Amino acid sequence: MIRLTTPISEDQIRQLKVGDEVLLNGNVVLSRDIGHKFMKEQKPEWLKPILENMVIYHCGPVVRKNPDGSWSFVAAGPTTSIREEPYQADVIETYKVRGVIGKGGMGKKTSEGLQKTGAVYLHATGGAGSLLAERVKRVVDVKMLEEFGSPEAFWIIEVEDFPLVVSMDSHGGSLHEIVLAQSQERAKALMG
Amino acid sequence: MSECVIPNLTSNEVVASKSVLPDGWKADLSNLKVLDLTLPVLELLRRTTSRLPQDVIDALVKGRDAEEEGSRAFNTLNDMVRNINLADGQVTPLCQDTGTVIFWVRHPFGLSQVAAKKQIREAVKQATKNVYLRPNCVEALSGKNLGNNMDPFHEGHPVVHFEEWDKPEIEVGVMLKGGGCENVGAQYRLPDATIGAGRDIKGVRKCIIDAVVKAQGQGCSPGILGVAIGGDRVTGYEKSKEVILRRLGTKNPVPAMDAFEKEVTRDLNTLGIGPMGYGGTTTALGVHVEEMFRHPASFYVSISYMCWSSRRQVLKIGSTGEVSFD
Repeated sequence: MIRLTTPISEDQIRQLKVGDEVLLNGNVVLSRDIGHKFMKEQKPEWLKPILENMVIYHCGPVVRKNPDGSWSFVAAGPTTSIREEPYQADVIETYKVRGVIGKGGMGKKTSEGLQKTGAVYLHATGGAGSLLAERVKRVVDVKMLEEFGSPEAFWIIEVEDFPLVVSMDSHGGSLHEIVLAQSQERAKALMG
Repeated sequence: MSECVIPNLTSNEVVASKSVLPDGWKADLSNLKVLDLTLPVLELLRRTTSRLPQDVIDALVKGRDAEEEGSRAFNTLNDMVRNINLADGQVTPLCQDTGTVIFWVRHPFGLSQVAAKKQIREAVKQATKNVYLRPNCVEALSGKNLGNNMDPFHEGHPVVHFEEWDKPEIEVGVMLKGGGCENVGAQYRLPDATIGAGRDIKGVRKCIIDAVVKAQGQGCSPGILGVAIGGDRVTGYEKSKEVILRRLGTKNPVPAMDAFEKEVTRDLNTLGIGPMGYGGTTTALGVHVEEMFRHPASFYVSISYMCWSSRRQVLKIGSTGEVSFD
């Protein structure tokens, strides 16, 4: 198990290999469909200091507003990442993002982006909404909440020992491709 | 992280003490015209979103214990068990994707389906307000979210199936089906030359294997496969969801089909996809198959994939009006 704390350096990222299990600490930034389109098309300057050397999390959380106006994360597992394939590599390069958390893995374009900038794709356990929400220590800030709505806003959260698996590394490796190839071969044998 | 987590659900008494139903609430089945299902259905949703059925938990634990201790597959299944304990203890959604909400209502003669549907819709609205459900229903083209889980135009969401039966009791089954697993469902038309599947049980087996390989971890494996052989495009898919309601580990009443289900489950678990597609021996928790009649020209195999967080439960109102959850 490898412990990582954001912000993360390119050097730390280059050492990670497919299959490594990671416990992530520090701030991460939530973003999904509307946010990625926005980042690619508008490239807002104000997001640069928030995202540099940081980690993006593909997640549309269930949130609760507390009586004192603060927010709590109730359930916060990953959403399917492949929808961000058209945007992800540009976002990684523009903002020097070091990691992307999601589920299901991503495609070739993102893999090339990971290699070029020095970033990894970190897989979280789909469906573990309560467990992952429990690892959210606090909500640091939220951006574009009015404009995007709660599931799509840029939530900035601090996480503690967030359990992840490196499923795509910065050297072109992809656990998804390996498992796919092996299972296809086995299926061929089963189907005769 | 790798210590073995033991499932530790709150007792039925504790669950009952948190109920939104007033103590001793009973339905008056002698007067179906005034029966209001809103509160019992709200309670059904509260329980279903935060607590997995015991058979699903048992299957996940069995899968974890079959994986090599400390492996990615083991740790992932362990985290799933940890998540189950947490969600139940806190009464929070197991998964932030609280799914498409699908109901199956079975009722005696005399119950108004118009009234029951209104009450069920009201319960879903209330459950969304109470944060049991995420607002998960958006207009198809614009993506606009009304925030209450209602499809106002065609009442397409929540999905409610009605069936009148020859008994005095009422049953309301519910399934919360996440988008990730719904997206990896598939319908095959046999014969299918691309996978070499003919119009026989061997062909059906090939369809199931093909669908699971294509799904990889995207449907949040280990999954439960609901399979309908026959029917038309609509009834086949409908049946493929309904069979997922059957408890894991219970026998298919047709002996040949029961043997087939077990054989295919074993086959799927040799594919090496594993939990979340990380590799491992736990790819499918079960396969449930039902055969239907079909048009002579059409041979559909409809497959629904249910994620590991198989949230299903049945509200039962007995003949004397008492309420139970199963």
